[in-house]
Amino acid sequence: MESMIDRREAIRRVTALLGGMALVGGGSSLVSACEQAQRGAAGARGGAGTFTTRDIAFLDEIAETILPETKTPGAKAAQVGPFMALMVTDTYDEREQATFRDGMRKLDEACKAMHHAAFLDATPPQRLVLLEQLDREQKAYMDARHGDDTPAHYFRMMKELALLGYFTSEIGYTKAMRYVEVPGRFDPCVPYTPGDPAWAPHA
Amino acid sequence: MQVESYDAIVVGSGISGGWAAKELTEKGLRVLLLERGKNVEHIKDYVNATKAPWQYPHRGGRTRAMELAYPVLKRDYPLNEKNLDWWASDQESPYTEVKRFDWFRGYHVGGRSLMWGRQSYRWSDFDFEANAREGIAVDWPIRYADIAPWYDHVERHAGISGSREGLPQLPDGQFQPPMPLNCGEEMIAGRLQRQFGGRRRIIPGRTANLTRPLPGRSPCQYRNACWLGCPFGGYFSTQSSTLPAAVATGRLTLKPYAIVTEVLYDRDRKRATGVRVLDAVTDQTTDYSARVVFLCASTLNSTWLLLRSATDVWPGGLGSSSGELGHNLMDHHFRVGAQGRLEGLDDKYQFGRPPTGFYIPRYRNLFGDKRDYLRGFGYQGGASRQGWSRAVAELGVGGAFKDAMAQPGPWSIGATAFGEMLPNHANRVSIDTARKDKWGLPVLAIDCATGENERLMRRDMMNDMAEMLEATGVKQVRTYDREYFPGMGIHEMGTARMGRDPKTSVLNAHNQVWDAPNVFVTDGACMTSTACPNPSLTYMALTARAADFAVSELTRHNL
Repeated sequence: MESMIDRREAIRRVTALLGGMALVGGGSSLVSACEQAQRGAAGARGGAGTFTTRDIAFLDEIAETILPETKTPGAKAAQVGPFMALMVTDTYDEREQATFRDGMRKLDEACKAMHHAAFLDATPPQRLVLLEQLDREQKAYMDARHGDDTPAHYFRMMKELALLGYFTSEIGYTKAMRYVEVPGRFDPCVPYTPGDPAWAPHA
Repeated sequence: MQVESYDAIVVGSGISGGWAAKELTEKGLRVLLLERGKNVEHIKDYVNATKAPWQYPHRGGRTRAMELAYPVLKRDYPLNEKNLDWWASDQESPYTEVKRFDWFRGYHVGGRSLMWGRQSYRWSDFDFEANAREGIAVDWPIRYADIAPWYDHVERHAGISGSREGLPQLPDGQFQPPMPLNCGEEMIAGRLQRQFGGRRRIIPGRTANLTRPLPGRSPCQYRNACWLGCPFGGYFSTQSSTLPAAVATGRLTLKPYAIVTEVLYDRDRKRATGVRVLDAVTDQTTDYSARVVFLCASTLNSTWLLLRSATDVWPGGLGSSSGELGHNLMDHHFRVGAQGRLEGLDDKYQFGRPPTGFYIPRYRNLFGDKRDYLRGFGYQGGASRQGWSRAVAELGVGGAFKDAMAQPGPWSIGATAFGEMLPNHANRVSIDTARKDKWGLPVLAIDCATGENERLMRRDMMNDMAEMLEATGVKQVRTYDREYFPGMGIHEMGTARMGRDPKTSVLNAHNQVWDAPNVFVTDGACMTSTACPNPSLTYMALTARAADFAVSELTRHNL
């Protein structure tokens, strides 16, 4: 039973970071803790290569395509590319890092196949069409995977890191969402108008 | 060299030790409070308390380097970037796991009172009578009536917010106003009440967070950042509550970096004379003498100390004459429950981040209910609108997706069960003489596992929650059992249990070691059973009660 959990660890280190507040937004740290996935024996086996400036620019554009500037700033403004590189380097194990690095290459290849242009040379609409396809691909792959020992799809990794990097950035907290450091009161039931941004969590 | 002398020595400055120091100094004793780790000064040393979430390089998460450095802590949520400084180092202070046991420790002034979950519930006579009624282990030497006034006493000073519910299995206390249920919780609470005729209830969590000011402390500001330390003093900790009271008497001496290695025992007088301290920084050894010694070093460390003391008289250590010292280690088993989606509240939201959720008091094996296992469980849970993290599993990229995910998602509700674990003589700790910590001290070996009763209970813990959610109209109900290993509850209890007979227990009804009446053990080590509600409030009450008794015995020259 433990080995089954261990196999699922790879992606969970990041997922659990995402997940704490998903269910129990107002919960105590104790309650949140209960909701978090177990993060057990994932190995920490040294790093793969470092990310070049061009790699980071590449990740920035992926993140910006997933989370572009709208009425609120996008992922590039929130420096999500460098964050993704940092997280891959510091928190992914070797196998995950290899999947991620290989994924960067695959994504560029897929862009060339679809648009006859490298991802950095493609137009924003071309990038979006590509990532929409990769998103469908990763979702089908991940939904079928369920408890499997195979690595996560590389685009799931990218999307997850982009979301984490964006929504936990200062821009994510204060521009995309609403953040009050010291609420000072608890209103247990207030009206909500569709379109209003979420109140950001603290922890 | 003259040995420094005090009226009382308190070992450990966490929840229990802080209370011992407060009560003993307020009753006129000169107290030496010893803490093995560093000092943490209230507010000044809460270095991350007002840091913005985006200022953490990994946004509060964990790195592979951290996982390597903390092979035990990484097994659950405590390994994180935000308050890692407050979790003991697995490398400096290793222990031997005969079976897997997750031991999450806080070695600093305040101990785990700084990081605790703060849920605070009274136990009842259903708990104190259970062992005797069922012929399990030994009878508690106290009943609810013995401890009730001390619950009153500690609740008033600590500040517990909660609702009065009139439940015999979860007695009401001296509560500040409760933190109310939010819309989702309120809706389900109403339906649950009707569906189960009041037998199963959702009530606001009772928590050691203030809703009214106390001297020197502000009410909770609803930041939900307690475990970074609260600059408002909004929750109970040694630093916010008991330590300032003890300091105010002018009779407290606090000594950090003081690892107590032995209780000094006079075999002729049959009394402890003091303690031996190893300075964690200089490695120097110093003896201190006192008329009474309170062991509040946390469950397993208090027992470690007993196992090492008076071995010239009892090879198994002080309190081992019963054959029970080190035995009957317990925890609360949990990580099992259910969750689902709430409909009909899309036009409702909440403001503020309360540091608690709801509680469902025990209902199993009570009031005529009879299961194929003994004892019961309670649930801790909450309802909330989902945050942006729902986006990971959803299909979508691009501007519309981003803007949608910045809005609150559907309401979810869920709860995790916390179950009682039966005492079992086979679950034990001992000294592993072959293995040493950073200071050359032999470490503990822990041999503990759950049994058949817990296994049977976990089915109900999972299925009952699904049943309650479905009965109250919650959709997409999913159950989970995320697997539990002893220690994960961070509610370790037992190993120096209270009892009525020195032949079968380590401590008497006043937490005195039978073999050394001026040594009191009032932390989790003393527990004779675990009940299912969180134990810390009961440690506080037992400590205050024992301190009162110790002072009266000193006055009568009985110690």
